[in-house]
Parts: sequence; structure tokens; C-alpha cells
Amino acid sequence: MTDRQQIFDSVAAQIAPFNKKGVDLTEATTFAGDLEWDSLTVMDFVAAIEDEFDIIITMNMQAEIETVGQLVDAVAKLKG
Amino acid sequence: MTQATATQTRDLFSKFDPLIAEREALLATGVRDPFAIVMDKVLSPTRAIIKGKETILLGTYNYMGMTFDPDVIAAGKKALDEFGAGTTGSRVLNGTYQGHREVEEALKEFYGTSSAMVFSTGYQANLGMISTLAGKGDYVVLDADSHASIYDGCFLGDAEIVRFRHNSVEDLDKRLGRLPADALKLVVLEGVYSMLGDVAPLPAMVAAVRKHPNCMILVDEAHGMGFFGPNGRGVYEEQGVEKDVDFVVGTFSKSVGTVGGFCVSNHPKFEVMRLVCRPYVFTASLPPSVVATAATSIRKLMSAGEKRAHLWKNSKRLHKGLTDLGFTLGTKEPQSAIIAVILTDQVQAVAIWQALLELGLYVNMARPPATPAGTFLLRCSLCAEHSDEQVGQIIGMFEAAGRTVGAIG
Repeated sequence: MTDRQQIFDSVAAQIAPFNKKGVDLTEATTFAGDLEWDSLTVMDFVAAIEDEFDIIITMNMQAEIETVGQLVDAVAKLKG
Repeated sequence: MTQATATQTRDLFSKFDPLIAEREALLATGVRDPFAIVMDKVLSPTRAIIKGKETILLGTYNYMGMTFDPDVIAAGKKALDEFGAGTTGSRVLNGTYQGHREVEEALKEFYGTSSAMVFSTGYQANLGMISTLAGKGDYVVLDADSHASIYDGCFLGDAEIVRFRHNSVEDLDKRLGRLPADALKLVVLEGVYSMLGDVAPLPAMVAAVRKHPNCMILVDEAHGMGFFGPNGRGVYEEQGVEKDVDFVVGTFSKSVGTVGGFCVSNHPKFEVMRLVCRPYVFTASLPPSVVATAATSIRKLMSAGEKRAHLWKNSKRLHKGLTDLGFTLGTKEPQSAIIAVILTDQVQAVAIWQALLELGLYVNMARPPATPAGTFLLRCSLCAEHSDEQVGQIIGMFEAAGRTVGAIG
């Protein structure tokens, strides 16, 4: 399993408790559109991701992240 | 000007269609619009006439009841006569009068600081301080429940923005620990959070911040000024962290009883802010009457111990009264002059809000996104001028409205 796949799986595990509609997750799944998350859910989820990977995703970065794939890329980059 | 076209046409207003539809549906049920109240007459800090009915005001943030103080009014009238209706200018050009200097002197005395800078509103004070202090490559670290003016200060500036969970010392500590040690950081806290009326655990938060290098701390005391601490400076004074706070931001539109905002600090280079802070420079300064009323009010607040004691008494009594009736409140114990009643949904919130208004009580209704965790609130803010009799009437009206709507048993 590649590092990227591992990150994807970890991200998916973090999404699960917030995935109330049981949406199938792909790289292209969007947080606002497909998962229908509001800003409060996004905040809780970002905090969970930050703690899981011991990183900071600034609000500036969050504004650029719309899909699960983009988040996985950002996490991979931030983990260095 | 162009004439409005049919609503089906897609234009820049289309993104507001869901909100327009939600409001139309709510108002179609026959309720009054909670966001369109007009005070026809204001009788005192605690009473107004709304649609012909005398109404107790319990949602004004007029904590110390200074709006009708005779000395405050007299100072405003005198300044209006002597200096005119407005300055028509920026603080850094033609908009600094003697009164602006005097109110800044009053603030320096009130806070015991070497500098004070007055903005045209409290919103602009946060907007200006945060966007100017933290520049490109710096970090602003803020509480998730921060006021809109703090968020907007972040968005106006070029810094990186990091949020921590509301009032969580551990979360703040962890996030600061993940930031580059050599980066400069501004940590923004509030003394009282205005939606639920809860107070920040400032000593623990300050201690967490001081474990990390290159941090400055700004505390917004909008809802703490006048009420907390031996000198009424705010929660940071009451909790004994004055030596650890670099900037205090506040407002004249709550305890002071007029309008305007400010920042006080002991930083030796603070005065340069007057030249580089755009929300200070590129707007007109406060009218002479406003700064005169503010200065007089601030000086009177220095020795308002009895008023503070009565306000605490009111807050504790209302908190207990509403708890005993079975309402769910924002805090288990009374922590400030704000008591928030938490309701399940918008329909119930508006129903009680309207029932209270018809009984003669005005409170604020607050809804997401202004509220935390998607809650609907009836927010009560007490005043030092609420009499014991009025507090009794308020509790009685909540009982009647709560039972009518079925929010309490």
C-alpha cells in the first residue's frame, strides 16, 4: 500500500463519523456538495484531521480544499 | 438606476434565494420579524415603546445603563454645541478634535496603559488591530467561537489563520506547538463570549500561550468592560492576567453606552498603528458629541462598584429563575451579564420570542451562523438599571411565554 493510499484510508476513517448520508467516498467527493457539510461540521472535521496527522491546516489552506483528493494531497504535503 | 427584474433571472442576488425563501416561509406563519424591530420611543436604559407597547429591554448590551446618565447626556450636548455635528474627516487628517484626545486619555486612565487608540466602531477596532498586527508569514490563532469582527480582521489581513476549539486550553496549546517556532503569532481571545455568555479560562490559556515562542496576546473585552474586575477593565483583570496581555480591544457600544471602539496597550511602538492601520485611517472619526459622552461615561465607570454589584445580583437571579422554570441555559452557572436560553429550533425560538414581545419583553433572537453548534438562542443581557421588580416581571413573562409555547412543562 502506498503512502497516499494510507492517507486516503485514514482520511476516510475520519470522514465516517461525519458521513451521515453514507456517501461513497472517492477522490472527487466534495465536502460541501456531496457530503453536504456545513461550516460547523467542517470545523470539527478539520480539527480531527489535524490531530490525527499532527499537522495544521490553516483556514487559508482550507479555502482551497474542496474534494477528498485535494485534502489527501494537502495532508501528504504537510506531513512532509 | 435600473429597475429590478423578475426573480427568476439569475444575477448576483441569486445566492441569497435560499435565505429569502426561508424568511418568507417563517413570516408566512404570521410571526413578527425578529430582525426588524423598531423602538418608537426609548424611555430609559431598560424601557422602550415598541408598536405602542411599553416593553422591558433585556437585549441591549447596555450593561451599566449609561445611555441616559445625566452627566453623559450633558457632556454630549455641550460638545454638539461647541464642536458641531461631525468631524467629516479621518483621525489622521482633520478628524482629531480635543474630545478624541480626551477620550483616549480617559481610556489610558481606566486601563492603566501608556497608549489608547479610538476607532469609529468596535468592529473596526478588531478589523484594524488584527489585520494590521499580523502580516504575511505571521499567524493569527483564534477561538472557533470568535466574534465576526475577529474573523473579518483575519480575512482582511495576509496572515495564516489557525482556529482552536472553543475555550480549549489543550487544543490551543497543541496548535501553537505545531506552528514554526520562529514565526510571529497573534493569539486572539475574548473575555466573555457573547452568544452563550461564557467566560474564557484566561489564566490557563495565557499559561499555554507563554510556553510557545513569539506570541502576543490580544483579548477582546467588549462584553467584560465595566462589569468584571476591581476597576471594571474586564475578565482579564478579574482573573489576574493583566501582565500577560499585550492588547485589549473594546467597544463604547455596550457598558459605555454610545458607539465606538478602541485598543489599549503598553507596547512602546503602539502609536505607529495610527499610520498603518487602514480601518483607522480610511474612515471618518467619531462625532464630537459621541467622544464627549464616551469620555464622561468611562470616567464614571471607574467608580461604579455599586452598579456592578447590582448587575451581578440581577444576573444570578435571572439565571436561577430561568433554570428553576426548566429552561436550558448557555451556562450552568451565571458567568456574565448574558443569559442565553437554548431552544430546539427556529419555529420554537421565534414563537417564544414573539410571545415575550407581546407580554412586553424584548430579548435578542440569535440563529446560526452567529450561534455555536447550530443552536437557536434567546439571548438576554441584563442591565445594572434593571430593578428588582423588573427582574421579577421578566421571570414571570418567561414562565408565561414558555408554557404557552410548550417549551417548559
